[in-house]
Amino acid sequence: MSSTTYTPVAIPVAQQARTRVNVVARSAADGASRSGVWVAIFAITMSFAAFTSALFVREGGSVDWTHLVLPPILYANTLVLLLGSVTLWMASRAVNAHALLDSHAVKTVMGWLIATLALGLLFIAGQYEAWSQLAAQGLFLSTNPNSSFFYVFTGMHILHLLGGIAALVYLVGQLVGSHTTFRRAAFHNTAIYWHFMGVLWLYLLFVLRTKL
Amino acid sequence: MQEASPAQVHAPPTSFLRKHVFSLDHKVIGLQYYGLALAAVTLGMVLSWLMRFHLVWPTVAVPGLSLISKVGAPGGIITPEYYLSLLTMHGTLMVFFVLTNAPFAAFGNFFLPIQIGAEDMAFPRFNMMSFWTTLAAFLVLITAFFIPDGPPISGWTAYAPLSAIGSDAGPGLGWGQTLWAISIALFCAGSLLGALNFISTTLDLRAKGMTLMRMPICTWAWFITSCIALLAFAVLLPACLLLILDRTAGTSFFIPSGLVVSDRLQPHAGGSPLLWQHLFWFFGHPEVYIAILPSMGIVSHVLMASMRKPLLSAKVIIYSMLSIGFLSWMVWGHHMFVSGMNPFSSLVFSFPTLTITIPATIMTLIWLGSLYGANIRMTSASLFSLGFISMFVSGGVSGFFLAQPSIDIYLHATYFVVGHFHMVMGVASIFGVFAGTYFWFGKMTGRMLNETLGKVHFWITFIGTYCIFMPFHYLGLVGNIRRYSTFVDDFMGPLMPLHKFITIAALITGAGQLIFLFNLFHSRFWGKPAPQNPWDGTSLEWSIPSPPPWNNFGDVHPVVYHDSYQYGVKGSKGDYVMQDSPEQVVGG
Repeated sequence: MSSTTYTPVAIPVAQQARTRVNVVARSAADGASRSGVWVAIFAITMSFAAFTSALFVREGGSVDWTHLVLPPILYANTLVLLLGSVTLWMASRAVNAHALLDSHAVKTVMGWLIATLALGLLFIAGQYEAWSQLAAQGLFLSTNPNSSFFYVFTGMHILHLLGGIAALVYLVGQLVGSHTTFRRAAFHNTAIYWHFMGVLWLYLLFVLRTKL
Repeated sequence: MQEASPAQVHAPPTSFLRKHVFSLDHKVIGLQYYGLALAAVTLGMVLSWLMRFHLVWPTVAVPGLSLISKVGAPGGIITPEYYLSLLTMHGTLMVFFVLTNAPFAAFGNFFLPIQIGAEDMAFPRFNMMSFWTTLAAFLVLITAFFIPDGPPISGWTAYAPLSAIGSDAGPGLGWGQTLWAISIALFCAGSLLGALNFISTTLDLRAKGMTLMRMPICTWAWFITSCIALLAFAVLLPACLLLILDRTAGTSFFIPSGLVVSDRLQPHAGGSPLLWQHLFWFFGHPEVYIAILPSMGIVSHVLMASMRKPLLSAKVIIYSMLSIGFLSWMVWGHHMFVSGMNPFSSLVFSFPTLTITIPATIMTLIWLGSLYGANIRMTSASLFSLGFISMFVSGGVSGFFLAQPSIDIYLHATYFVVGHFHMVMGVASIFGVFAGTYFWFGKMTGRMLNETLGKVHFWITFIGTYCIFMPFHYLGLVGNIRRYSTFVDDFMGPLMPLHKFITIAALITGAGQLIFLFNLFHSRFWGKPAPQNPWDGTSLEWSIPSPPPWNNFGDVHPVVYHDSYQYGVKGSKGDYVMQDSPEQVVGG
């Protein structure tokens, strides 16, 4: 049992917001958004597990399973995405090194964030190029089960990556505006999600490489 | 550069839209979910009336029905295909928009943050999106009634390949089925956002002193349910996407080679219809627990306040719910005993299915054992809680039969199965919702429901549902097949008197629900004003006004000193001690 004496005293409205942000909401809400990211990662993992098991079942019972040569650009794209994780890690280092971001630190962080954003967009462009190459070979979504799964896997990954892109844009927007505020928790959660997108892509590439 | 914390605590709403429509307040969102479930359950019940009516009086026209579907009900007479449409929509509405929305999303949204002492959910904007996505899903589904094609005829399980190939497979399987798949995909997205919120909120926003084991049992139930929902809907969503692709993009995930339907060779090859069943039931069985666990929690919560003593072991109830949640992932194959899957898999799925009866029985014994010697206060809420136990046992016992492949092969696709799941999943869960409604209505709206009407409603519903669903079991044992629209010329003809009895019982029980609806609307405006703690409850929702202010606890942060089961003790207020009361508990 807690030894704290509990006295319900009404806090004046002017103090209210400050009290909440500094004392209570800070740790609790930041913790909640951190859990939120991990819960989301858990759910996304489950979804891709479902897609993967669909692939296994579909392959197991079919006579039309063929072989697909993955467009080589996928490997370049992989490097681009992983490089994006490195630049984001550099941004994290800059954020962690400063207890309070001064204008110099803001510039450093923003630079790394924009680099990450650019690499992310480049990855999407590269995936689009991979699709174009497959389409040029006459392989479309419905051509055969292998191409179906290829488009579904890569498409769903990009759909989730767009969430990360949106978060990066939001962070850059926060740093640009002079009157806005910087949320450390949002930054770190974006980083967790972005690195997860990289890990997820490595997994998907492995499945595509070995099964298709 | 200024650094700030997230705006998890939002400002008080000022505009009408923010207050009542696009509200971020978990309480308003909870009420919105309740309203949506109410609309869905009313529609779903009318559909079941139409089906029961047609089964018994197949040649009698239903007035006005031809206005909704000229093709499906020419002259008001339901065609066999339209009967299937009705049952598909009935099942989909009830399972998704009632049994998932009412006990879990509606009550959970309203009470979970309050019961753990939080001001709101962790992500209020996601929470709002979650409701509006679910509403969009509902509207998309309902649209199927008004398109020329009509609603799908594939049942709420939408078995492939007929659900995947388009209009060749029958009426409603063109655009109707596509709308169905889009609706369910939207519903999954909404539920995932909701589950995300529930889990993060429970883990991180508990008040000081609110340890996990001090949370009320219903909070636990919503928490476990949200964990199940997170995994289940994360699988159904990909399944729906693949189904949509099969239907619209020409892929063949679920459609096998050489399939000829309506004299047309389908332009697909190599897919696996069983894959749909696996993905669907991997979601589908946990969905059963998504429907029933919150009601178990609500009933435990209500019973303790009615009995004025704690359950024999609240901890064991929580552990049992956890193990049910865990086991729910290993049993999906028991829906597929006759699907042609390997008979050895049937054994593998049968064993954990039978194992689930152990935690279920433990919980039932705890409820019943706790009732022994209790000086129970017979309110409408406690009546419905006792009714829940009765329904749960009656419906659960037939689960023993169905869990065994050898018996299930005979009973599969008969009324026995329909009786089983309606009682244990449908009616039991709805009884939990009724119990919650009579218990919490005062807190939610500031007005008490009428208790006399509540008791009348209980007895009509309790006796009525037994009259409807018990005979289903006998029909199934005789071999009465489900999903047929008429039995008059069949070997099932001699069963017609029983069918007639069921239909009359269904009409009366349904009419009994009008008492509930009247009570709900009348009391909302003209009911007795609700006191802060009408049932002498101990949990945090009873420490704040009815209805609670927008930020729940005003400007104070509650501190919790006890678990929520301090009944039958000597406290300053009587035979109970509130969770947030610092007084020492003296054994009573």
